[in-house]
Amino acid sequence: MIEDFLGHFGPYGGRFVPEALINALDELTAAHESAKNDPVFQSELSELHRTYTGRPSIITEVKRFAEHAGGARIFLKREDLNHTGSHKINNVLGQALLTKRMGKKRIIAETGAGQHGVASATAAALMGLECVVYMGEDDTKRQSLNVARMKLLGAQVVPVTQGSRTLKDAINEAMRDWVTNVETTHYLLGTVAGPHPFPTMVRDFHRVIGVEARAQMLQDIGRLPDAVLACVGGGSNAIGIFHPFIDDKNVRLIGLEAGGSGIASGKHASTISGGTPGVLHGTRTYVLQDENGQTVESHSISAGLDYPGVGPEHAYLHDIGRAEYRSITDAEAMNAFKILCETEGIIPAIETAHALAGAMDIGKELGKDAVLLLNLSGRGDKDVQTAAEYFGIPL
Amino acid sequence: MKTLSELFVKTKAENRAALIGYMPAGFPTKEECIMTIKAMVAGGVDAIEIGYPYSDPVMDGPIIQAAAELSLANGTNAEDVFDILQATVEMGVPAVVMTYWNPIERFGVKEFAAEIIKRGGSGVITPDLTVEESIGWKEACEISGINRIYVVAPSTTDERLPKVVTQCSGFVYAASLMGVTGTRTSVSGNAKSLVARVKAITATPVSVGLGVSTKEQAAEVAQYADGVIVGSAFIKQLQESSSIGEGLAKVENLAKELSAGVRR
Ligand SMILES: Cc1ncc(COP(=O)(O)O)c(C=O)c1O
Repeated sequence: MIEDFLGHFGPYGGRFVPEALINALDELTAAHESAKNDPVFQSELSELHRTYTGRPSIITEVKRFAEHAGGARIFLKREDLNHTGSHKINNVLGQALLTKRMGKKRIIAETGAGQHGVASATAAALMGLECVVYMGEDDTKRQSLNVARMKLLGAQVVPVTQGSRTLKDAINEAMRDWVTNVETTHYLLGTVAGPHPFPTMVRDFHRVIGVEARAQMLQDIGRLPDAVLACVGGGSNAIGIFHPFIDDKNVRLIGLEAGGSGIASGKHASTISGGTPGVLHGTRTYVLQDENGQTVESHSISAGLDYPGVGPEHAYLHDIGRAEYRSITDAEAMNAFKILCETEGIIPAIETAHALAGAMDIGKELGKDAVLLLNLSGRGDKDVQTAAEYFGIPL
Repeated sequence: MKTLSELFVKTKAENRAALIGYMPAGFPTKEECIMTIKAMVAGGVDAIEIGYPYSDPVMDGPIIQAAAELSLANGTNAEDVFDILQATVEMGVPAVVMTYWNPIERFGVKEFAAEIIKRGGSGVITPDLTVEESIGWKEACEISGINRIYVVAPSTTDERLPKVVTQCSGFVYAASLMGVTGTRTSVSGNAKSLVARVKAITATPVSVGLGVSTKEQAAEVAQYADGVIVGSAFIKQLQESSSIGEGLAKVENLAKELSAGVRR
């Protein structure tokens, strides 16, 4: 445990929020702490994961893909096979149970790719909660399939027309709703960003990914991987698989950020590789910002990575050198996307394709004897339209 | 009269509340912003809060969001904010900057406080800075001798309230309701009890903001608070006018009405 009781990771994290939210954040912190140590809550959650999410998720070795990655052995942790199609459900079910525990009846969520929105709408349907999802207007267009899914599940989807009309503006609008309705409403934040306790709590709900994967690697091949890879938007799927390996000093932890058209072009979402420390959405972390402290718009082909901030624990792991962060361009990600489709019969989310592109580089760097474990955070059904347009496949 | 404490001594002697007006720096333009503040002061506004326009204003409703967006599109930067602060002080009223935290951190915490005092400002309102994250800021404000103003909310617990209130100087900003900035048809009943709770702990003046937009509302709040803060209602006058001249006249008129309101 490296965070202090106010949710700091070294100089990062903490709480930068209106006073109106402090009471709710304290309440949430207390609920999370007590649930963490409550065997009844924990068994309810793991039973839901076993019978609803489909946990444990399997590990798949991808030999044909590995030929494009220097011949290293590559194992995918198949979070794409979870109910609703991504890792997001792990956190959502945990927070939805906490919502009920706190006696609240309404959840609000932000979403970029729509995966977190779909997962939230799903949990709300399952548990009889009212659900409102804020989504940047641009994202409602590039992820229209997921908008329809949320509506089918009974959620209200609110397109956000302010600012850059993407994930960051959806978070702003969700925060405004929360300040206004905090007594009845839980803000089900979808990543490891935001004020304390979100970075810690969301991580705790995703640790199951790494805990399972570590045991599966030991069982399947009798050793730990040389490197663990994941794409980084806000950083939830990455911290989920990294965290149980932090004490395994010989295991490299490598996060792949969205490079858009390349960091040099200024059109990217590589917050750690191309940003500076600052405060955004209630936490101190790396931020894409200008010299006046204004947030700079991020750019990525992937809606789920298109965010100018990142979880504070990643900022800390970067600074202390425990984890490495690299940038993958749109073109590199789409290349890896296509290769995985054609070599393994798995269509990944475009977010996840950034991690796959990273694996192709790192596999080549480490050579044939290396073992890589990669978090396959989501499936690509939602991205079929974007990918078809990208590759010129008529629809 | 250049400081907040002088202002509250005066308004107390006059047996009334102070009228505090908010205007985002650089809205609609830098010059027109200064002209607007002049109209506010001419109409009887006692002190000015200059908003530092920010890209992610999570505590603001549509009116201030739109104003900040326009100001940022005009290229407003820290220098402009300080220039407008100085111009306001030169009009003879106390002025503070109200800003989200990140622009301060980016500018340099000590440097920001130093620039405030250099330009004649009284202090800074920091609506998203918690007292827990304030160690460096406290030191910076003490060095520069400026007021640190935090916002308290109806949801702030009795246990927490003293921790925040004792850190405030100049005045305590009491948010009248749970929500974002904007005009409302009535002032929340929560405001009165919050002010009473604050007054039970401190002698520092208490000003009420969020949702106050009419003379009647100002008069109601002036019954129990030391200051009445109005922002969105002034901005709306400009947004709903077809020329700057019309807007300035409406702003001055609104200031006159509110100013009559705070004189109970
Ligand atoms: C499949 C998938 N992977 C990754 C992400 C990025 O989020 P995070 O970095 O929090 O895992 C998203 C976000 O929408 C996603 O849908």
